[in-house]
Formats: sequence, structure tokens, C-alpha cells
Amino acid sequence: MALEPAQVTNNHTLQAPVDTLRFGHGSDVGQGRKNNQDACTAFAATYAAAQGRMSFGLFVVADGMGGHMDGEKASSLCIRVVTDHVVEAAYLPLLTGQDEAPDLMETLNEGVLASNLAVTEQMPNGGTTVTAAIIYGGKIYITQVGDSRAYLVEGRHMKALTRDHSLVQRLVELEQLTPEQAAEHPHRNILYRAIGQSEHLELDNKIMPMPFGARLLLCSDGLWMVVPEAEMMDILAATPNSQAACEKLIAAANAYGGPDNITAVLVDLPDCPDIAEPGPTTDR
Amino acid sequence: MVDQIDTQKFPGPPSPGGGSESVLQTNTVLQNRYRITGVLGMGGMGAVYQARDLHFPNVKRMVAVKEMLNTSTNPQIREATLRNFEREADILASLTHPSVPKIYDYFSIRDRAYLVMEYINGRDLEEIINKASDFIKVEIVYQWAIDLCDVLSYLHSHEPEPIVFRDVKPSNIMIDQHRHVRLIDFGIAKTFEIGQKGTMIGTEGYSPPEQYKGQASPQGDIYALGATLHHILTRRDPRLEPPFSFKDRPIRDYNGNVDPEFEAVIMRSLEYRPEDRYPSAMAMKSALEHVRPSPDSAPAVLGTAPIMHNSAGAVTAPVGAQAAKPSTAFFPSGGSEVIPLWTFRCEDEIRSSPAVVYGNLYVGCYDNGLYCIGANDGKFKWRYATEGGIASSPAVADGVVYFGSDDYALYAVDAQRGRILWSFHTEAPVRSSPRVALGHVFIGSDDGNLYAIRIDGGRRAWAMETGDPVRSTAYVTDDLVLFGCDSGDFYAVDLSGKLKWRYKARRGVISSPVVQENLVFFGSMDWHIYAIALDTGWNVWSYRTTKAIASSPVLDDSNVYIGSSDGYFYALDCKTGRDRWKFETEGQIATKAVVHQNAVYFGSGDGYVYSLDTKSGQLRWKFKTGGPVVSAPFVHEGVVYVCSLDHNVYALTA
Ligand SMILES: Nc1ncnc2c1ncn2[C@@H]1O[C@H](COP(=O)(O)OP(=O)(O)O)[C@@H](O)[C@H]1O
Ligand SMILES: [Mg+2]
Repeated sequence: MALEPAQVTNNHTLQAPVDTLRFGHGSDVGQGRKNNQDACTAFAATYAAAQGRMSFGLFVVADGMGGHMDGEKASSLCIRVVTDHVVEAAYLPLLTGQDEAPDLMETLNEGVLASNLAVTEQMPNGGTTVTAAIIYGGKIYITQVGDSRAYLVEGRHMKALTRDHSLVQRLVELEQLTPEQAAEHPHRNILYRAIGQSEHLELDNKIMPMPFGARLLLCSDGLWMVVPEAEMMDILAATPNSQAACEKLIAAANAYGGPDNITAVLVDLPDCPDIAEPGPTTDR
Repeated sequence: MVDQIDTQKFPGPPSPGGGSESVLQTNTVLQNRYRITGVLGMGGMGAVYQARDLHFPNVKRMVAVKEMLNTSTNPQIREATLRNFEREADILASLTHPSVPKIYDYFSIRDRAYLVMEYINGRDLEEIINKASDFIKVEIVYQWAIDLCDVLSYLHSHEPEPIVFRDVKPSNIMIDQHRHVRLIDFGIAKTFEIGQKGTMIGTEGYSPPEQYKGQASPQGDIYALGATLHHILTRRDPRLEPPFSFKDRPIRDYNGNVDPEFEAVIMRSLEYRPEDRYPSAMAMKSALEHVRPSPDSAPAVLGTAPIMHNSAGAVTAPVGAQAAKPSTAFFPSGGSEVIPLWTFRCEDEIRSSPAVVYGNLYVGCYDNGLYCIGANDGKFKWRYATEGGIASSPAVADGVVYFGSDDYALYAVDAQRGRILWSFHTEAPVRSSPRVALGHVFIGSDDGNLYAIRIDGGRRAWAMETGDPVRSTAYVTDDLVLFGCDSGDFYAVDLSGKLKWRYKARRGVISSPVVQENLVFFGSMDWHIYAIALDTGWNVWSYRTTKAIASSPVLDDSNVYIGSSDGYFYALDCKTGRDRWKFETEGQIATKAVVHQNAVYFGSGDGYVYSLDTKSGQLRWKFKTGGPVVSAPFVHEGVVYVCSLDHNVYALTA
């Protein structure tokens, strides 16, 4: 088994399918800001043994806000708390099979709510967005606060899986602004929900079956608000290597002036399902 | 990095001198007259103090003193801010309504302005809501709602301009010791908020959706009142909920004491679309009075309701019995002199008109640059340099600024950042202004063509050749493009550029046409203003002034307004072309006017910007710039933006 971006292949097939999670990532300060308040984690683990093979992935993007370094502290605290919780309460139990199988959506929510308490307590003047995804067992679990986004990318198509908790998005939903007006609105950065804002926090959750062979993109607004969607699709379609694609996306945002911090995490979803449930199967 | 969420939670850096150490000490005496006795509240722009008025040594007269910091570092802006503050204070002082606190005095000391007003012995609604352990009695909320409608209606029917409160929310409503509603915190403080990064427009949670399109109207106050009532009755703070989500929280789901009729009235005031709400605060008041349960039970309830913690023994005055006390105001009566909110100086003459969109003002200058300036504070944002002077007025659509330059090109520039998206090159200077419609930019060039250019990419769709410079800005209807040219020909072409008809004036038409119903109006250098039938191209009427017309007409419901080089500004009946009135200036009028709420604004070669009453043609005010004004003003949110050949852009209160 490997805990790193996994490249374990199956020996007994000639043309190995992409049966594990692969990812690329990048985060750049951009040109308009002095420091990078974005943060991300990518955790992809593969287990392959006689009993079967499974992949587990956790991907998180956070975009911090607040002066005096509070923003970068808030986003980094947030992703660490989320990752810590998910690894401990979901990944390790799955791997060892020692506890009951965890409810992944719930675990992800617990992680995000814990990060909310941590940020509220420790960074009273900071806050952050968070978009977090677990990939496991043929499903994608996403939770969302703020205006970082998750997209599903399939061939030349790309679809947002999250809904921004921003004032302008709400106005668009109410047909009070067109998406074009929203994109130029002077208050397009105003969120109505974020980590570290209040103890009570509602999360947007989504569980979906994993489209095999597709890609999952998590990014901060420094990418999606700056690079037109069509251009992002062009880059993604033309760049099969996910690390190279992340770098190109960031370069594209910088070509538009890089007004904000830019973060992208791009995950290649496996081509085929896991072979069996992991964990000790006999002696329980 | 996201700029902010909520000003309460993520305050910006403290404003200079605005730290807590700058709060006035108890016993400080201001103006030899007001001795500070305590702090009543801390607001965005300074503190509100309680003070004793020492002019009345034998009685203990308390006043509230609201302090506002003038944070701008630009002396000109500071001065203008102060003048504006005084003007608003004058307006406030002229109000008489039992729910509006009286204004006694104002003054300024260095970087602070002070407003002295009636001290209200009571609590603001925010505090009342927060401290109440249970729902406030529905009967009481009915009374508050009706009283608030009454005061809003009073403000909205203020002459000559309605007063829009803009910031109705619990912390700006007080309940006095007689349990009467008092509206505090008039927009006066907003004058001081210019340029504050991250300041919200209005207040998240209570503001109507249209406020984020930059619209402030009486209907917006009605929404905010609905939001406030919703908060009181449900005890759910809208600032902690997704914006505009009241519909997801029906009042009766939270508070069963509320009758369905009351809920329905409040929900109607919270409609997303202003036109779906009550047409006026008065209409909402009538609706409330209509559904309120029999009023005879109300006084008893009012007398026992535990709404305030310091209310023991308070007198319960009958509704409406709070007669205005004899005024003790010794207020200076308002001067009518117009002082700019700000001015901005370019490096050369400005011959074109500004455009204001989303808080940005765009204007082209003869120094070759297109400027983007903050519309609120006149602060420079960016400048896009072309190779020639800019006489063309910018058009802004969907985040793109379009304008022509004497360097022969039409430019499309990103409105936010000032980066070029594309340019289109003609054979001669482009002095007409772009018109954006139907996915195209229509613009004339001195090369004799009117071009239709696709907004995505800047490729030419077609060109209509006239042979003479086209300086008139095209008007586009559903099926026609209308424009004049220097030969005196006036063209109507269809959307594919094919000629429909042509009208021949005797001299050049640089005037830009406007359309109403079946008529198109334009002026000509042949001294006439023409009204031509759209479908046939036949002359319906013409009106002769005594000199050439280079300016363009504007319309309201019944009149067409146009200035002439003869110095007169004319109001003509649209249908007949008969003159309703005319107004004489000392210079040639080369600018188009703008009409805004019963007033018309235009500039003249005599250097003045004029505001006239549209009905009578009476002068409302005039403002002297340092040079001829040859471009049309732009009016947005009660501010007139106008440019002059003295190189300046001015922002004036409409
Ligand atoms: N005339 C007054 N009498 C008594 N208290 C007042 C008066 N005006 C304001 N206050 C108190 O001060 C607080 C802030 O005043 P406000 O005018 O709303 O300032 P801001 O513009 O800072 O919001 C109010 O919520 C109220 O509690
Ligand atoms: Mg207030």
C-alpha cells in the first residue's frame, strides 16, 4: 500500500487502467496581492493487496480573508483541521476495518464544523471559504462554504458542483442580476457564509456517483472569477497531465493580471471501480 | 483572498484618528455649550454622545450629539464633504414629524462634524430585540409598523425630492419613553463614508436586492421595513441568514401569534421586485390598518407590554398625541449655493460626457486618456491611453467600456481593470459616441461610415457609407439604426445596414437622435429641430431656433428639450412642436441635456451647469465651472456628473 500520490498498478493486466487517484495541484499568490491566503490539501491513498484494491482521496481548497495575516492563518488552520479529522475518523478506520464503516458525508461535515470552531476561536478577525471533497467507493462527497468551487470536468464539458455563498450569486438566483453583471459587480467578493463567521454554520452537501474517467477540479475564485470558463475547458481538454493542467490554469489567471490568489487542485478519477472493500475481510 | 464578509465581524483597519482613544471624555465641553455626559452609541463614523446643553442653566436639557469623522485627506474633498453635511443637516432641520428627532445645531471642529439633536430617552430596536426574552406582542408591532409607514410616507413625499431613508433596520429605530417610534441615523453619516474600502451599501440583511444594482428608492425603504418587521416577529436575525431569504422563513412558522393577514402584508413588502411591493408606504399603512385587529384592545396591551426595561411608570400617550413641541431650533437656514461633492482634474479639456456604472465614472479627455474614477469619491482608478484626443463619450455595457478616439479607432476596454479587449480601426478620427445594442456597437467615423461592429471580438458586421463625417450618435430601435451626417442627410437603415429612408436637412446633422413612439427627433446646423415619422421618413413638425443646433434632444413624457447656439434652452411639445418655455443662458448651448425627476440639467458655453424645473422652466440652481461646458451631464443616484473645458469633472448634488 502507498500513502502517496499512488501509482500502484495491477500486474496481471497488460494495459493497466488508471485504477487509482492521481492529482495535480498548485497555488500562486498572483500579481495583485502581497501574500497568498489560499491553502489546499490533497491526500490520495491507495491500498492494493490480495483482498482487493481501493483508493481514498481527500481534497480541500480554502481561501482566507482578513488582514494582518489572519486570512492565511485561517485558511491553513481550516484545511489542517479538516484533513486531520477526515484521516482519523474516515481513512484510518476504512484502512484498518477496526471500526464500523464511517458515514463519509458526516465525517466531512464534522471536519468542516470543527474547523469553523477552531477558526472562530483562534482567528477572531479571520475567516475562510472551504470546498472539500472525499472520493471513495465509487462516490464523491462534497461540502461547501463560501465561493471556492468544485467542478466536474468530462471531456469538453465542465459543470460546477457547488453553489457560491456570495451575495451576487444569490442575486443571480433571484434573477436580480445577470451572470455578466455579477461577474463585474463591485461587491462580487462579499460572502454571506464562511468559516469563522459564527458558531452556527450551515453546509451545502452533495453526494454523487463517481463518473469514471472524469476529473474533479477544486479552485479558488482567483481562478474561476478571472479565467473565462471556455478557456479553462480548452486548457483542461488539451492537457491530460493533471499537474501540467493546474500549472497552465494558474498561468492563464496570471495572464489576466492575476488579481487574486490562485489555487487549483485537479483530480483524475479512476477509470474503473475499486475491486473490493478494503480492510480485513475474514477475521473480524 | 476574499475581501470581506460582514463589516461587523471583519472590521477594516481603524480609520485614522478613529480609535477608541479619540472618543470624547465625559465633561468635555463643545462650542462652550454642550457638556458631554456619556456615550449613547458607537457607529461606523464616530460616536453618538449624550450631552447637556449649558445654554439652559436652570433646566437640565439633554441633547444627543452625533460625531462624524471627516477622514478624507484631500482638502477639496473634505471641504465638499463638510458642505454636503451642512446641506443635509439643513434638510433634516426642516423636517417636522413626530417620529423624526429634532435637529438643533451643527458645527465642525477640525476633522469632525457634529450634529446636535433631540435626545431620545429610550432604546433602539436592536437592543430591544436582543434583550427581550420572548416575542414582542403582535399588537405593539402593528403599531410600530403603522407608525414607521407613516414616517416613511412623510419622507417619501418630501418636496422637491423624496427623501429615501436607505437604512431602515432595528438599530436605526428607537422607541422613546412614550413608546413611540423614532427614526434615527439619517443618511447624513453616509456623506462621510466616501472611499472607505469595504463599506457596505446599506446593511446586509435588511437591504433590498435592487440596492445592489445601485438603486435607492422609496420601494427599497418598504422592503427594509418588511425585513425589520420580519426580524422582530420571528426573532431570526436576517444578517445570519442567506440574503433575501425571507420567503424561506414564513413568519408564522416561527411565531404563531402573528395573524396570517399581518404576515401577508409583510411578505408583500419583501417581494424581490420593487413593483410587486406596495406602491407606497401610505398604501402599506392602509393595508396594515385594514387588517389590524380591533384597535380598542391595543392601548391596554401597550400599557402592560414588557418591551423595554426602563419603561416602568412610563406614560402611555395615545397614538398621535405627541404634538410637535415648539421648536427651539436656531438653525441657520439653508444656503442654496451648489458645492461639488468632488472634482477631478484631467490634463486637458473634456469635450465628452461621462458615464457612471457600478460606482465607476468613465470619461474621455483631450489628453488622449479614458479615465476611470470612483463615482463616490472622485478618486483616480485607472487611465487607458489612446494615440489621440477623445471627443467620444463612453458607452458601458456588460463590463466593457466602448469609446472612439481621434487616433481613428474604436476601443473596447475592460471596465474594471482598464485593459484592452479589442480595437477597431477606421480611416479617420472617431468623434461620434458608440451605441451598444443587439450585440453590436454602432459608431460613426469622420471617414464617412457608420459601422456596426460585433461586441465579441470587434469584427465589423457592416458599414454604411455616407460620404461625409458621421458625428451623430446612432439611435437603435428594434429594427432601425438612425443617425445624421455632416452633409445634412439623416439616415434610417435596417439592422443589416440597408437604407430604409433618408431625410435631407439643409445643413449638417451632428445632433444625436432620440425616438419616442413613432417619431425621431434631432437638431440640425440649419437651426431647426425636426420631428420625423419613423415608418415613412416624413417631416411631422420642425421648430426654428435662431442659430445652429449642435446639441442633441432629450425627452420626457411630453416634452422634447434641446439647446441651441442662440443661447436658449427650449422645451417643446413632442406632438406639436410648440414651445412650452425657453430659458436664456449667456453662451451657446452645445450639450445634450438630461432629465431626471422633474428637473432638466445641461451646460452652456457661459461655463454654467443649469438645473431647471421641467414643468415651468424655472431655474432650480446653477453651478459655475471654469470653462465652457460642451458635453452632457450624467445623472446617477441623485448626483449630476458634468465635465468642463476647464479640465475638470464635477460631481454635484442633483
Ligand atoms: N437622538 C438620539 N438619542 C438617543 N440615542 C441615540 C440618538 N441617536 C443615536 N442614538 C444611539 O446611538 C446609536 C448609533 O446611532 P446612529 O445614528 O444609528 O449612528 P450610526 O450612523 O453610527 O449607526 C443608536 O443605535 C442609538 O442607540
Ligand atoms: Mg445606525
